[in-house]
This record gives sequence, C-alpha cells and structure tokens, in this order.
Amino acid sequence: MITFVIRRFLQGLVVLFVVSFIAFFIFQYLGDPVLTLAGRYASQEQQAMVRKTLGLDHPFFIQYLKFVGNALRGNFGMSYVSRVPVLELIIERLPASIELALMAELLAVVVGITLGVYVAANPRNFLSKFFMTGSLFGVSLPTFLVGIILIFIFSINFKLLPSSGRGEVVQIIGSWRTSFLTLDGLKHIILPAFTLGMFQMALIFRMTRNTMLEALGAEYIRTAKAKGLRRVKVLVKHALRNALIPVITMIGLQFGQLIGFAIVTESIFQWPGAGNLLLTSMYESDFPVVASYIIMVAIVVLLINIVVDISYALLNPRIRYK
Amino acid sequence: MKIFKSKIFKHFLNNPLAVAGTVVILIILLLALFAPLLAPQNPYDLEKLELANSLKPPVWMEGGELPFLLGTDMQGRDIFSTILYGSRVSFIVGITVVLITGIVGGTIGLLAGYYGGILDSILMRMGDSLLSFSQTLIAMLLLGLFKQSSVLLVILAISITGWVQYARTIRSEVLSVKEEEYIQASRAVGNNDFRIIVKHVLPNAVSPLLVVAAVHFGIAIMLEATLSFLGVGIPITKPSLGMLIAEGRNFLYAGMWWMVFFPGLILMATVFSLNLISDWLRDEIDPKIDTGL
Repeated sequence: MITFVIRRFLQGLVVLFVVSFIAFFIFQYLGDPVLTLAGRYASQEQQAMVRKTLGLDHPFFIQYLKFVGNALRGNFGMSYVSRVPVLELIIERLPASIELALMAELLAVVVGITLGVYVAANPRNFLSKFFMTGSLFGVSLPTFLVGIILIFIFSINFKLLPSSGRGEVVQIIGSWRTSFLTLDGLKHIILPAFTLGMFQMALIFRMTRNTMLEALGAEYIRTAKAKGLRRVKVLVKHALRNALIPVITMIGLQFGQLIGFAIVTESIFQWPGAGNLLLTSMYESDFPVVASYIIMVAIVVLLINIVVDISYALLNPRIRYK
Repeated sequence: MKIFKSKIFKHFLNNPLAVAGTVVILIILLLALFAPLLAPQNPYDLEKLELANSLKPPVWMEGGELPFLLGTDMQGRDIFSTILYGSRVSFIVGITVVLITGIVGGTIGLLAGYYGGILDSILMRMGDSLLSFSQTLIAMLLLGLFKQSSVLLVILAISITGWVQYARTIRSEVLSVKEEEYIQASRAVGNNDFRIIVKHVLPNAVSPLLVVAAVHFGIAIMLEATLSFLGVGIPITKPSLGMLIAEGRNFLYAGMWWMVFFPGLILMATVFSLNLISDWLRDEIDPKIDTGL
C-alpha cells in the first residue's frame, strides 16, 4: 500500500513537471513581457532593466529553475494587466469558484444517486424511462446551452432568478466572502450550479443505475431479501453500499472536467470566479495569470486523483496494486 | 444487400430509438451536405447581406418574411442558411476528429496492449494524465493563447485529448484477446507480430471502438460548439452553431429567441441522436464498454 501511494505521488510529480514546463513556456515566451511591462515607449536602458529583473538575460534552464523556485515560494509574478501579484488575484477569486463547484457537485451527487437508485429499483416504471431519456438529454447538451436555456426560462421569461453575478455576499473568515448566507446570494447560485452540475448529474445517475442493477443481481441481495429485510434497507444498506464505489471514483476523476465546464458556466453567468479570470486573462494575453492558473489546476487535480486512487484501494480490497 | 438481411440489422429495426436517431442524423447530414443548394443565402458572402433585413423573426411571426424561414440575425444573415452551413462545419470537425483520434488512439492501444511493458505504462499513464484534465480547458488554452484559429486547428486541439478513450478501450480488449488459443496457435506456426496483430488481434478487438466513436462524435461536436461560443474556435469568417448562439444570446433579453433556439435545437438533436445510436450499439456489442459517458 505504501509503495503504491509513493508511486502515485511520483507519477503526479512527473505530470506536474510537464505542466510546470508548459506554464513556464507560456509565462516566458508567449507575447513579449518586456514590451508589456516596460511599455511601448521605454528606452533601451529601461527595457534592459526589465529584462534583467525578469531574468530574461539568463540561459533557458536557469530561467526555468528560477520560475519553479519562485512558484514554490508562492511568487507567480505580476499580472500584465492589473499590475497586482497574480497569486492575490487568483486567491481573491477562488471562494466564488469553490462555492459554485461545491453547490454543483452537491446537486449532482444528491439528485444523481437518488434517481439512479430509484430507476435501478423500478426499471420498468414509466417514470424510470422518463428519467433515462432525460439523462441522455443531460449528456447531449453542451454546458453553455444549458446555461442559456435556464437563463431564458427562469430569468427572462419568468423573472424568477437572477442571471449574473453572485448577488449579496457576506464576509466570513479572512477575505472569504460567501453567497451561502444571504437569500439573494442563494438565489444567484441556483442557475449556475444547475448549469455546471447538469452533465455530472446525468453521468452519476447513469453510472449509479448501472452499478445498482449489477449489485441487485448479486447473491447477497437475494439472501438479504430472503431474510425478510425491508426493501429500502436492502436497497440502501446492501446494494448501494457496494454500488457506490465506482461512482465515487468517477466523481473524483470527473473533477478535472468540472473545472473546464466551470470556466464556461462562470463566463455565461458573469460569475466572479477563477474560471472567468482565466478567460479574460486569456483574451487579454495576461500570460502570468494563465500560467499560474494552469499550475494550480494541475496541483488540485493531481491531489484529488491520488486521494481517489487511495480511497478506491481502501474501499475495495479486491483491487490489488502491483 | 447482405447487411439488410443480417441479424444486427433486424435488431436495429426493433429499436425505435436507434432508428429515430439514425433518421435525424441522416436528415441533418443531407441538409449540411447540400447546404449550397438548399440555403436561400450564402450567409458568409458579405456582399449578399443587407442591414435592412436584420433581426427579422421567423416567417410565421409578425414581421417575418420569405426567404428568411427562421428569421435573421443582426447583420441580416438568414438563420436557416447559417445553420445549414454551420452544421456542415460541425460534421466536418466531428468526422475528422473521430477518424484521427480513432486511428491514433486505436493504434496506441493496440500496441500498448499487445506488447505491454514499459511502452504500455508510459503511453497509458500519459493518457490517464491527459484524461484527468479538462478537454475543454486544454483545447481552449491551445487555441486561445496562440490567437490563431482555423478549422484544422480546432480539429487538432480537440484531438490532442480525444485519442485516450479509444486507446483504453481497445487495450483492455486486446489484453483478453491476446490470451486466446488462436493467437498462440498463430504464433506457433511462425507468424510474426505484425501479421498476428493485423490479422487476428485487430479484427477481434476493434468493434467496441464503434461505440466509443459514436459517443465521441457527439462530444467533439459539443466541444467545437463550446470553443466557437467562447470565441476561440472556428474563425468568425466561417459559420458555426456555437458562434451563432453566442451572438444571439445578447438578443434574448429583447425577446428575440430565434437566433439561439434554432441552432441550439439542431446542435442538441445531432448529439442526442448520436447518443441514441451509441446506446443501442453498446447494448448490441457489449454493455460493459466504458465510453466515459
């Protein structure tokens, strides 16, 4: 087990190395940082100074090592556009993104698993067929279209829910502002969370249904039923427990995809999150922001993958890791 | 024809959803194919556009007029024509991506599964790592950072991550085929690896790729639309469904829904039909195939 964990970490480090290299390339070689920072009308000396402070006069590998060293100390450089340290910029936007992702994931997990269990338990039911077709729609709609449809129905037509921003936020710890504690904030998060969670919801639902159907065919379920246990107890305590293992793995592995969909969702709902920041930085060629965002995403995704792998090994003793 | 008498065709006819999906796909495909003949206007010939025709509603609504069947956009572009040309781009991107990633991913998975060892570990680890990042994010950054856009670049950006699912699927198939007796027999008679792989392993391991391809076709089309929606996909000089929706979105608040509704409907109908077909194919070939959906 310990060798397995160490191996996963080493593999993670390799990926991180590749990603940091790509980020470094974006940071140092895309666009012209000297022109952007010193301004178009800078004199030769000024340009040379900027070049020196950026370390651009050093050979390639020294530059890369410096970049990594700075990144390890949390120094990701200055944004070209707003002239603020990049890390501050991203950290300021993180709470909004994390809250949106949490809400979306919660929605997807609760609805997805509940419907999955229901459909597996009543496969021939009309409602089940309805949900099955619905889930196929869920995986057939690109995120941006879901968002636009929801805005059209609930914001424009029925004027029930707001379609942009986070609404009223409350400061909690440090600089973390939450939209969970005000009614206005909660109203604002509903549509984006649904948009972001829709695809995952459909995936979780379909996966739960499949693994539940498989579990329900197993012998121990027959035994449990024969013992005269109540149906709900058999479903939840016996079948679902085993059916959930692959579902949990999938939720973890899908997290990377969620980040991509979050960028689209945040842009549609003008959500002040990190994804939206990435998008504007990309349009404005603010490369330091893009580079740091990529590194952060890589770290988060790799950590989650390792946790998922470990929990999978713990949950399922049948899996042997060589 | 032989195929019309086969068992699989009979099964197909017995599955109304799969038949419906196929019919819808064929209709959209034909419309896209013959777009230049069917479209009343070439929406990207700027000389044909007249601002006087801008923002017209569909023909059955008040203010609508022929030939603008489904209305027009801000620049007087006919929505129906733009959809025809746009779905053409969608299909070109979808088909090319599926072909490229299917061949590349299929070959990688075939070799990785057959030879195993270090090659297998490196290739599959690489695939896993790619898969754990968002396809949307990777494609978006590739196109957005270099400020270049063309249909070919969009295809490449989507293909970079797309091959992995094919490789994984065929690899797991190869791992079980490899142990079959006929493979050992073929080796015993002195056939070389190349012959064994092409003649025996490939034909017995390839069919699940069809299911992956059907699912991936839809995903590629959605991804292209998303990229174009974000403004980093198909160049603005070419029509695409995603861009049409992105433009039309601003007019929703004014109650002009047709610029979003019709392209959105076609996009959804295409992907939904592809998923209907892939669902049927999966049940037909092997319900356990993992397509990532």
